[in-house]
Amino acid sequence: MPAVTAPSRASRGASVMPDTPGWARWANDHRKWLFAAPAMAFVAALIIFPLAWTAYLSLTDSSGSVRAESEFIGFRNYLDVLSDTTRFWPAVGRTAAFTGVALFFEVVLGMAIALLLWRPFRGEKWVRVAILLPLVATPVAVGMMWRLIFDPNIGMANQVLGWVGIGPQPWLAGQHTALPTTIFIDIWQWTPMVVLILLAGLTSLSNEPQEAAMIDGASAWQRFRHVTLPLLMPTVIVAVLLRGIDALKTFDILYATKGRGGGSFHEVETLNVYAYGLSFDYNEYGLSSTVLILFFLIIIGLMWALTARRKKEAGR
Amino acid sequence: MGRRSKIGTSLAVVAAMTLSACGGGGDDSGASDTVRVTLVNHVWTENIRKALPEFEKQSGLKVEVTQLGEDQLSDQYNVKLNAGSSDIDVMMYRPLQEGRLFAKNKYLADLTDKAKESGDFDLGDFQEAPLSATSYEQKVVGIPIITEQQVLYYRKDLLEKSGFTAPPQTLDELKTQAAKIQADNPGVAGFVARTGKAAAVTQFSSFLFSFGGDFVDESGKSTVNSDAAKQAYAYYGGMLREHGPANISTDMSWSEAMAIFTQGQAAFYPEANSLYKNATDPAKSKVSETVGFAPFPAGPAGSKPYNVPSWGLAINDASKNQSNAWKFIEWAAGKEQTLEQQKAGVPGARTSVWENPEGIATYPKDMADAITVSLANGVGHDRPLVERVAQAREIVGQPIVDAITGKDAAASADTAHEAFQKFLDDEAR
Repeated sequence: MPAVTAPSRASRGASVMPDTPGWARWANDHRKWLFAAPAMAFVAALIIFPLAWTAYLSLTDSSGSVRAESEFIGFRNYLDVLSDTTRFWPAVGRTAAFTGVALFFEVVLGMAIALLLWRPFRGEKWVRVAILLPLVATPVAVGMMWRLIFDPNIGMANQVLGWVGIGPQPWLAGQHTALPTTIFIDIWQWTPMVVLILLAGLTSLSNEPQEAAMIDGASAWQRFRHVTLPLLMPTVIVAVLLRGIDALKTFDILYATKGRGGGSFHEVETLNVYAYGLSFDYNEYGLSSTVLILFFLIIIGLMWALTARRKKEAGR
Repeated sequence: MGRRSKIGTSLAVVAAMTLSACGGGGDDSGASDTVRVTLVNHVWTENIRKALPEFEKQSGLKVEVTQLGEDQLSDQYNVKLNAGSSDIDVMMYRPLQEGRLFAKNKYLADLTDKAKESGDFDLGDFQEAPLSATSYEQKVVGIPIITEQQVLYYRKDLLEKSGFTAPPQTLDELKTQAAKIQADNPGVAGFVARTGKAAAVTQFSSFLFSFGGDFVDESGKSTVNSDAAKQAYAYYGGMLREHGPANISTDMSWSEAMAIFTQGQAAFYPEANSLYKNATDPAKSKVSETVGFAPFPAGPAGSKPYNVPSWGLAINDASKNQSNAWKFIEWAAGKEQTLEQQKAGVPGARTSVWENPEGIATYPKDMADAITVSLANGVGHDRPLVERVAQAREIVGQPIVDAITGKDAAASADTAHEAFQKFLDDEAR
């Protein structure tokens, strides 16, 4: 076989590089693959393999140890998980609530702060540093700090409420107040990131449309609503995309404040916390992989929807 | 055809070589002077680290210690042992929590011969219950190093102030005293205990046993909805609800509950004795001068606290340095070190150290007395003895948190019973 193909290759390469050896010519012909190969191998080893392995595990009844024998059970795990109304669906609900509420406040507050910081003022540097501080703190440390502040008996939050005559609140300890409290912590920590992104978008906007609107007599709100916001929309979508994916996957703050299982009543158990519990507490690797794959699909779906929206915005 | 069969044969040879290198007990194929030991944050670990240089000098080995918190330790094992990693030689583990699962997964090397052949080690010196907890299918797979008994921590000053001359003998008295002290001292809770669904199960177990119940009966059926169990759930939850700290969280493990007690905010606290240094050390505790210890109060079935091996040492089956790993265990769980540990306040699993007057001389007098009672009536488990302990604890712990938050404990126990029986059936399959 090689004897047949060789002449045609040789004749093709011969006019360009008459004396180069065969392997070099081959490499030259395939250089786009060759140069991309290390990156592709990296992606395959670190992303595709784990993903494929997780997908495979999700179709087995692997539990106890991943090295133990497991049986291929098709989509039974998926049916089990999707029909589980005690842990899975509540976790989906909490993930959606956590992400939705946190994201809403982060974007609204982030926008407000970014607009305030947009125009130069005295002491601007210090204000910026102060606002960005929560961003650089480690989430676990942040969780620990707020856990102390929100301690129902010795925490500062209840003391402060006491000064203004409001009775002590259970905060993280309460069955119904724990999730809102963790959302608050998330907002506190991550609004600065949204500020940063939006501020970058704002500074890149040109002044002319603003001035034109001003000359036409538009009020500040009208200028924001009809000039700044539409121009800033692609940046807003980037912020929502980045922060949204991150918020969906939040683990550290929840784990640091409520521990395994998201509390005794699973008050803050999101999909990520649930999947962690399934594999590290219950050693149910098959089920855990199923939850992770479903979670992955949800994230991909949302990302796709948002980027489609962004392309539409950009196309306008 | 010819080429393919050649490749096939060489693959088979490689596979066979790899397998033979991994298989078999007492693997020393990678013998090294460095023994890698993973330990948990515990008083025992602090003590052993201080004594390490002595061992290193004696044996010529180097010990590399990784020290982690309980949860992180558990996660670490889950990842590394699952992957068959050989970079842990000696592991500190919880025989009652992970022991069965690890043994079943063949993560733990068989130590039977090593332990029996070692002359000074004297396997017969270990108490029976702890050793049986570290054995699996008649093989010794771990060596118990720390035992725990539940005792009642209390505040002598508060008792005195409210006119009580002695700590409560019964659970009824405990309730009366807690109520009186709480009424006499605004801002101080009468009672505090672990409240986390899974964390509370072990401390709740003594209440369960003392009311005459257990998690599982002799035939392996769930009994968490027995009358005794329902009473125990209602009692434990009720005490925390009525006499516990205000705004009580249902996430407390020992560290949170201990903090409330050592900050002087509670009068009574049932907890494992192995943690008593947290309450008596003035650097950690505001009540170091006034803390007292009493035997677990008697319920309708008497005083039946647990007496369990909380931690053991084992060798990772995938370790290639098993002989040297055993040398470390032989020393760390040997008679001499166990006595040293016991003197430093860590209750051991060897009969000899309990018989030795030196072994209990350093304990507070009332603590030593309390332990004696626990050793006499103790129950050998503090959680359901199953493979998937974490899951079982969450199931049988649900009625505890339901009782704390004021839901119907009996109804919750019935629900838990159903779930637990299903879990047991599932595990038996």
